[in-house]
Amino acid sequence: MQQSEFLNVVMPFKDKLYRLAKRLLVSSEEAEDATQEILLKLWSKKKSMGTYKNVEAFAMTMTKNFCLDRLKSKQAGNLKLVHTNYQEKGSLLQNQIEAKDSISWVEKIMDELPEQQKMVLQLRDVEEYDFDEISEMLGMQPTAVRVALSRARKTVREKLVQKHSYGIG
Amino acid sequence: MELDNIEKLIAKYFEANTTVAEEELLKKYFAQGNVPEHLASYTPIFNYFAAAKQEQFDKEVVLESDASAKKMKFNYKWLSVAAVGLLFFGVYFGNTYFEQKEKERMATEYAYQETKKALDFLSENFNKGTEKVAYLNQFEKTKQKIYNNN
Repeated sequence: MQQSEFLNVVMPFKDKLYRLAKRLLVSSEEAEDATQEILLKLWSKKKSMGTYKNVEAFAMTMTKNFCLDRLKSKQAGNLKLVHTNYQEKGSLLQNQIEAKDSISWVEKIMDELPEQQKMVLQLRDVEEYDFDEISEMLGMQPTAVRVALSRARKTVREKLVQKHSYGIG
Repeated sequence: MELDNIEKLIAKYFEANTTVAEEELLKKYFAQGNVPEHLASYTPIFNYFAAAKQEQFDKEVVLESDASAKKMKFNYKWLSVAAVGLLFFGVYFGNTYFEQKEKERMATEYAYQETKKALDFLSENFNKGTEKVAYLNQFEKTKQKIYNNN
């Protein structure tokens, strides 16, 4: 497999890998490194890539494992950078500020979720995979995915309501 | 989209029973902005997910390390061949070197033996000489005796 061909396969989902990595590792620098690493690993396995029925799911699983390993290792424990660098296009300035505020709340709330719920929520609500794909990527039963997802969504809702009623969190 | 329907979808959403298409509908609904008061608190959730999807990995993908990995593999393969070659080389030339040394050693041994023979011969003749000198000693003694008697 040539480099250009490989890039054609990988490019459509590299952003998804990055977002999952960032969801788990929080810092965008670390997520970039992780994504780079995953792509290199995939590239080194390019010969056997034809045999995987779903390269994207395989890459997602790799990312998940890689990030969880990273989190387990002590070295990553010391590194946590603050990040609020997504763009938001929208209405009036006031609304925008308000919306941005609540949106970053959601992000903070998601950071507080357990890893598994974080991943399920990321894969489902951000990346819009269906349950079968998620259960394949995470090595979970589809019912377990459903339960985790429901739990995660409810937690986000509860915490968001709390923050709203307490004012600025 | 009727409000009633949206409310139902939201309820389904939190039980994780919605399909991807239905969630898409919800996202669109909350993105258009016209949301009644009692549902407004859900807006940030759906907006956040839409915003989070915008984030991209814009670092350049570097696949160079593959080349070095390939190189390493290549090296290892030929390293063994080179080692075997070197071994044969060593055995062949080591042998000739050893033979040459052996020859040299024999030559020196021979030279040593010859020299020894020659020196032995020389000392033998020397000893003959001293034997003759011993006669002279005898002559001296007799001469002394004669002197003493007189």
